Amino acid sequence: MSTDVGNGASPEGTEVRKLDRVVIRFAGDSGDGMQLTGDRFTSEAAAFGNDLATLPNFPAEIRAPQGTLPGVSSFQLHFADYDILTPGDRPDVLVAMNPAALKANIADLPKGGTLIVNTDEFTKRNLTKVGYDEDPLENDSLAAFNVHKVAMATLTKGALEATGLSKKDAERAKNMFALGLLSWMYHRPTEGTERFLREKFARQPDIAEANVLAFRAGWNYGETTESFAVTYQVAPAKLATGTYRQITGNTALAYGIVAAGQQSGLPVVLGTYPITPASDVLHELAKHKNFGITTLQAEDEIAGIGAALGASFGGALGVTSTSGPGVALKSETIGLAVMTELPLIVLAIQRGGPSTGLPTKTEQADLLQAMFGRNGESPVAIIAPMSPADCFDAALEAARIALTYRTPVILLSDGAIANGSEPWLIPDVDALPDLSVEFASEPNAPDGSGEFWPYLRDPETLARPWAVPGTPGLQHRIGGLEKADGTGNISYDPDNHDKMVRLRQAKIDGITVPDVVVDDPSGKARVLVVGWGSSFGPIGAACRRVRRLGMTVAHAHLRHLNPFPDNLGEVLASYDRVVVPEMNLGQLALLLRAKYLVDAVSYTKVAGLPFKAEELQNVLIDFVQGVAQ
Amino acid sequence: MTTIDLGLPSLGGLDGVPTTEDKQTAKDYKSDQEVRWCPGCGDYAVLAAVQSFLPQLGLKRENITFVSGIGCSSRFPYYMNTYGMHSIHGRAPAIATGLAVSRPDLSVWVVTGDGDALSIGGNHLIHTLRRNVNLKILLFNNRIYGLTKGQYSPTSEEGKVTKSTPMGSLDHPFNPVSLALGAEATFVGRALDSDRKGLTEVLQAAAEHRGSALVEIYQNCPIFNDGAFEVLKEPGEREQRIIPLRHGQPIRFGPAGEHGVVRNPATGMLEVAEVATVGEQALVVHDTTLDDPSYSFALSRLGGQDLTHTVTGVFRSVSRPTYDDLAREQVHLAQQSRRADLRSLLRGKDTWTVAGD
Ligand code: SF4
Repeated sequence: MSTDVGNGASPEGTEVRKLDRVVIRFAGDSGDGMQLTGDRFTSEAAAFGNDLATLPNFPAEIRAPQGTLPGVSSFQLHFADYDILTPGDRPDVLVAMNPAALKANIADLPKGGTLIVNTDEFTKRNLTKVGYDEDPLENDSLAAFNVHKVAMATLTKGALEATGLSKKDAERAKNMFALGLLSWMYHRPTEGTERFLREKFARQPDIAEANVLAFRAGWNYGETTESFAVTYQVAPAKLATGTYRQITGNTALAYGIVAAGQQSGLPVVLGTYPITPASDVLHELAKHKNFGITTLQAEDEIAGIGAALGASFGGALGVTSTSGPGVALKSETIGLAVMTELPLIVLAIQRGGPSTGLPTKTEQADLLQAMFGRNGESPVAIIAPMSPADCFDAALEAARIALTYRTPVILLSDGAIANGSEPWLIPDVDALPDLSVEFASEPNAPDGSGEFWPYLRDPETLARPWAVPGTPGLQHRIGGLEKADGTGNISYDPDNHDKMVRLRQAKIDGITVPDVVVDDPSGKARVLVVGWGSSFGPIGAACRRVRRLGMTVAHAHLRHLNPFPDNLGEVLASYDRVVVPEMNLGQLALLLRAKYLVDAVSYTKVAGLPFKAEELQNVLIDFVQGVAQ
Repeated sequence: MTTIDLGLPSLGGLDGVPTTEDKQTAKDYKSDQEVRWCPGCGDYAVLAAVQSFLPQLGLKRENITFVSGIGCSSRFPYYMNTYGMHSIHGRAPAIATGLAVSRPDLSVWVVTGDGDALSIGGNHLIHTLRRNVNLKILLFNNRIYGLTKGQYSPTSEEGKVTKSTPMGSLDHPFNPVSLALGAEATFVGRALDSDRKGLTEVLQAAAEHRGSALVEIYQNCPIFNDGAFEVLKEPGEREQRIIPLRHGQPIRFGPAGEHGVVRNPATGMLEVAEVATVGEQALVVHDTTLDDPSYSFALSRLGGQDLTHTVTGVFRSVSRPTYDDLAREQVHLAQQSRRADLRSLLRGKDTWTVAGD
């Protein structure tokens, strides 16, 4: 655990230690309810006012074989009394609900770490299933840790005896026992969880009561047994003032789309097809039809984006949500949107690839797909949110670009921030950007013919007019064939094609995006780390660590990937070394090298998990020391 | 069997689309673009039929939209002075669905071909039909790939010799009407490119139908599959082969109405019989409104690939709530029951406040 910041003793004699931050990992079988347990602890931490970041990690199978290593599901939560950037590299506390969870996670627990084990699952059969020859709780293999053996299932069943619930049902509440115990250890508020359980199981009041009882039993177990001599306090964080809530990336994306509909005054049509890890965007938006949102679960990925584009043609804000394999299927329609120059938002939540890859794991390997994954010269705008909460702003920004420039925009989130959560300073609705658009209403032919030219561009944005069906006098036809500049009629003219290819590119290149901000408190750094998207947290945390060691390093994080910010070339040129960590094999580095002729060095890892701050810290130290020599 | 009344007000296919008192003619629907189909192509006749039938609907022209995929027939929207989108191969029904869902004030037409609708876009077609989106789908069936210069299509007869199948095609073809009925399309019709009157009647009925209307149009491609439907056009032959359907009337055909369709009491199947033999009473009286699609499906099976018989007219026209109406209804209900309050949505239930120092 992190350094103690002050100690004391509670009136009962249990020592209370103050900490500035803690990382807890709940691990169990995928049927054990670890995601729910983690979620609840997160809400408690949020309600208490800690800064926090979470990392859910679960198998792609809905119910992988019970008690096996592939079936292990975990949820890591980092909470602190200051602003933190990542879910933490390694847990300080590991809660292992079965031998598989212990085996899969123990390597991450540092020496001296706290291990809380549910002993009931440590049967001969379960041990053998995961390859333990001996019971690790009985030999000295865990001597380096501070181990607490708790018969959680037995204790839970005991606590629920009077409820008349079957043993099986009673045992299922053991995750709430674990939550109760941890809530006691960390002085967490409990009302929220009890309220939540009663709401969640409102239709099965006996199950609700059982969960509440199990939760309290866990709390009381900590309080009354003497096996836990110390409890811990992590004070609320001193974040920027304002009202906060906890939010996941996918929820924030959905809210951003709702807000985009409100701010533009347009109906929103989400045409989509379920795919991990993007489906929650559909689930969330489907709840908010009262905002004029239509969600259409189509027959496939192609139909989903087709419906979105059709709606855009009709004057709605067309949105589709998907992940890598779905982007591949949608690419032809994205090309059509490029050609027809209609607004379209593609929410692409990246996961491990290629092909089906690692559906529930994270990766950033679809940047080049977003950039180039279509036939012909087919530029689109690309934006990547940097954290769960940033997904909200990124969605609004995607809508701004799509509507202003009449172009598809690909928003590249990824599994880590889609499911991960953090506190969100709830934005002031009055301060949200105005996204209102003007549809064409009059013929515009410059030759005074009184005709309507659908491809006559705005000189500033190069956007074409958006004339929606139903507008008298502006009847026109658009489509995938090359258009004559201005009139939009089919044209096979060589010079026209050359011109149109360049115009479409110039339109995207000319999108106004904010300058990239460099974080270099010393102002003296010679090494610049450039990242994009969800690696903001780990890179930022690594830079802080490097600086704490007395070294200097600068961090620039790109939200806009196409076009790049105007000042990027200048920024890159002002450092001796440019390092680009990515969860792919160097896709951004390739673009930077090609565009800016900068000798950017890649640091890559494609393990399905976010970077660890410690790992990046070591990489950066090498570079910093390298330039110093 | 009767149609199920779902208690929704019965709407016409064009309800919600603004009308005009202005007199329209076919000319109003001609765009300024030069029509570029091959001389003699059946598409010309269909284009002319559509352009001359639309004025009868009395709709505002700007509220009509044609969406097409890829193929010869999919150039259609360019020639219509309405709104239009020439999209990508097979995807027109999907694109049109998004448009129809968000715009109840539009009359949305899909123009597609046998390759576009049944090969690359087969999935979208069947799902559009089962959802019953208020779209009118004109499927130009020439039983060949024209735009790519003459490969066999999913409606080509077995053994079709083309550039891609020099030893004959191996696939069993689709019967588009059977396929649509299998997907429980609420409206299915068939007409011939050369039969202006019959085509116009089916188009009219399709336009008035609320829901997906699939109209298969047999269309001649004189370049790559000339005469595919010739036997249905030759005087003397056609009367023996075409079985025209009229709702409420006995199904009968032949130069003197000597043939008819009867139900075989032993098998329950529909079959062709001589009226003189079975008697007029035995003839099946056509009913487009039967909820169970198996009757109209059986009708669609009377005609085979060899065109010995070809059933034309409206096979089925039943009322079922449309996807787009229901989708809008859900939005409407949600809007009535909950105010769209962005501020409270963003706040959610659990918040905490960090106060200033
Ligand atoms: S190839 Fe056939 S279908 Fe295509 S335009 Fe020519 S005649 Fe018509």
